[in-house]
Amino acid sequence: MHVPDGFFDGATSAGGAVVSAGALAVAARRATDELGERLAPLAGLVAAFIFALQMLNFPVVGGASGHLLGGALAAVLVGPWTAMLCVAVVVGVQAVLFADGGLSAYGINVLLIAIVPAAVGWVIFRIVRRLLPSTDPAVVTASGIAAFVSVPVAAAVFSVMYAIGGAVNLSFGAVLAAMIGTHVFIGIGEALITGAVVGAVMATRPDLVYGARDVEPTSRGLVNA
Amino acid sequence: MRSLPPQVKLVATLLFVIAVVATRREAMWAFAVHAALLAVVAFAARIRLRTIARRMLIEVPFLAAAALLPFVAGGDRVAVGPLRLSESGLWGAWAIVAKGTLGVGAAVVLSATTSVPELLRGLQTMRCPAILTSIASFMVRYVDIVAGDVQRMRVARISRADDPRWFWQAKAVVGTAGALFVRSYERGERVHLAMLSRGFDGTMPRLAPSAATGRHWATGLAISLAAIVVALASWSVWR
Repeated sequence: MHVPDGFFDGATSAGGAVVSAGALAVAARRATDELGERLAPLAGLVAAFIFALQMLNFPVVGGASGHLLGGALAAVLVGPWTAMLCVAVVVGVQAVLFADGGLSAYGINVLLIAIVPAAVGWVIFRIVRRLLPSTDPAVVTASGIAAFVSVPVAAAVFSVMYAIGGAVNLSFGAVLAAMIGTHVFIGIGEALITGAVVGAVMATRPDLVYGARDVEPTSRGLVNA
Repeated sequence: MRSLPPQVKLVATLLFVIAVVATRREAMWAFAVHAALLAVVAFAARIRLRTIARRMLIEVPFLAAAALLPFVAGGDRVAVGPLRLSESGLWGAWAIVAKGTLGVGAAVVLSATTSVPELLRGLQTMRCPAILTSIASFMVRYVDIVAGDVQRMRVARISRADDPRWFWQAKAVVGTAGALFVRSYERGERVHLAMLSRGFDGTMPRLAPSAATGRHWATGLAISLAAIVVALASWSVWR
């Protein structure tokens, strides 16, 4: 769910926009360093992928289904910088063309949906990778854990921002408890799907997975060392 | 309305939304005026009511969340019928419903009167970073193809009797998502090679900037200025 207009006060919305603009500027520079002139077509197609991915309904229980948020997944697949740009563009297109998320809340939405999940997801992914052997299953495990952590952290950031500039005065503890309580469950779903999708990509094109570029191909047992 | 330059419409929409958000929530009359202003624009642009209503459905989950606020927010309680509800929660719910609905309405009017290439041209004219507009242009150009991939893979799964109802049956859906990434990324690589073979030198050709005259700005911003005046009045003249 994207934050609509009028959910946060003006100062918080403006603050969110400034922070997001700064983060996107860094992301644009770093992603250009990595991909050069290939950035626009590749990131554009990855953005289209993230957008279309949310059309896929994953079964949950008894026919109920949910879709992926995808911030941590994108960070593992294409790297955190490109992921931030892609998700920010997706959020913008959703706001302008589908009125999903307020125009005045665009900065906040980019922060909560693009920047925080990709950054947190990537940091957790790197930490878990360092604790595990450098193999394909470790990449899958690490991306699942990264996705799990990224969702409640984004919910916590939302709660903090709501305490700063929410339109209604709710107690910070209550908002935080409600947000984290629900998002832990969403995080479990996000973790299972993210790990499984990374695994599915690793099975066919492990070379495309940004987070697995340092895994020695010989560890896959496919190459005669 | 439809013929205004896109950057004028973008700036006008953004100013209108900011004015709505900045309006004092207790000033109910102000929201009525905002709604009337938006209705005038929608009428002038000849957008069908059904189009607006259908596209505003996106807001429903947030309306449901707003409906909870009077029950959970703190502060003084007021009696509404048999219920004792939080006063600040009621105002908060009203603010989210009113401001959110007007924001959605404004975005719907913008997207219903402006084509995607025009929007991108407007953003570029407004000096939006080129990398963001070019990623967005690739995304909107290919999103139908990628969405078509999703549909084709879904049909393929269903015609092989895949009907997952529990999360441990999601293997085929997961495979679809993985294949979708590989297909999208590889398509991106092919698109880049096709661009190179057609003389791409690393910079995207800029779209011709769209020129806006003072008269365009005056027409486009009239409604937004009215909304800004209303927002200011809600804090000062007619509290």
